[in-house]
Amino acid sequence: MSGFNKVIDCYEEALSGLEDGMTIIAGGFGACGVPENLITEVKNLGVRDLTVVSNNCGSDDLGLAVLLEEKQIKKMVASYVGENRLFEQQMMEGEIEVELTPQGTLAEKLRAGGAGIPAFYTATGYNTLVGNGKDVREFNDRKYILEESIIGDFAIVKAWKADTYGNLVYRHTARNFNPMAATAGIVTVVEVEEIVEPGDLNPNEIHTPGIYVDRLIKGTFKKHIEQRTVREG
Amino acid sequence: MSLSRDQLAMRVAQELSDGYYVNLGIGIPTLVANFVPKNMKVMLQSENGLLGMGPFPTEDEIDADLINAGKQTVTMVPGASLFSSADSFAMIRGGHVDLTVLGAFEVDVQGNIASYMIPGKLIKGMGGAMDLVAGADNIIVTMTHASKHGESKLLQKCNLPLTGAECIKKVVTDLAYLEISEGKFWLKERAPGVSVDEIVKLTAGELVVPEVVPEMEF
Repeated sequence: MSGFNKVIDCYEEALSGLEDGMTIIAGGFGACGVPENLITEVKNLGVRDLTVVSNNCGSDDLGLAVLLEEKQIKKMVASYVGENRLFEQQMMEGEIEVELTPQGTLAEKLRAGGAGIPAFYTATGYNTLVGNGKDVREFNDRKYILEESIIGDFAIVKAWKADTYGNLVYRHTARNFNPMAATAGIVTVVEVEEIVEPGDLNPNEIHTPGIYVDRLIKGTFKKHIEQRTVREG
Repeated sequence: MSLSRDQLAMRVAQELSDGYYVNLGIGIPTLVANFVPKNMKVMLQSENGLLGMGPFPTEDEIDADLINAGKQTVTMVPGASLFSSADSFAMIRGGHVDLTVLGAFEVDVQGNIASYMIPGKLIKGMGGAMDLVAGADNIIVTMTHASKHGESKLLQKCNLPLTGAECIKKVVTDLAYLEISEGKFWLKERAPGVSVDEIVKLTAGELVVPEVVPEMEF
């Protein structure tokens, strides 16, 4: 690796430095835009007591759910548990700690974390369990709760294309939480479908500038579909 | 006769206006998209990061990178745009979405809504629902009026953990259309063939019944 070249050659190097007890932020929504191979690598490393921050925790045996199966997750920060029996079961039985976080608050916690903003006020969750114990302030006759932002020891991200400098382009709704995750990792590791040379991507159309990216690797993806809904052609 | 799921969606669709940006929740709310009046254009927002959601794809069009908030494969209409979840919730939390339609377990006379967990039994998670109810002014809740066991879901006070406090003003159930204000439910319309008595019996929270309750028209 030299200069701005972020490309690494093998998945074994991708998460070098990841240790027990660390916090990992993972992009993805459902099975869409999930850093599949990096999750597999977390599993392979066998690190434990992880705090994982992601919208949901995979589903059944997909995505982050493999880390539930291996009991590598101590605490999960997520907005959605549904359609994931193992997650619901481990949560109900108190095997993992879960911080249920509204989806927009979660997105903003990561955005703010990556932007160096330690906390922000939001109306979301006021007067609910989410607001319990949190500072309340009134602005313009409305009550807001103070939410702290999140940064992770590692962020694992899935993008569509990148140049070797780590400039990223996402595809369709596979973008979801990935851009915020990319900004909020102390070490941000990105896997993509295609890597091109600097200058090959249109600078007007880059979603995540390479400054946020530490390591970049090309992978192949299964891209599972959770709900295959079709209409007659 | 209580309303079918499609009829519920049809009644909600009557609340749409031309040029609305609309977020439809999972389940019955999703069906509202099938009943947008022909002379009207609305743009559907999917909170995972899509504005301008189209119908389900044909077999040839299926794309794993293009799903809605219910994780279903979808398409984009001409003029659609794609964005991150942070941008998506900026639209929602910033009050830019004109109408939000979502389901619930319970609603009460204060406009409180519970929809994301039943302690000890079921944890779905709130997903984007807490943001949607906090960010939107115009919210319609769709649900059955009572549980399968005949227990009212329209309560004096919600029993379950809240998704949002004092935010719901309109409810369409399989039996009635009601509005919420001044700490009461106000019965506005009844489903065709459903008697006022039946609605009164299945509404646990304080209900104001006008002398004449018109039937819904489709």
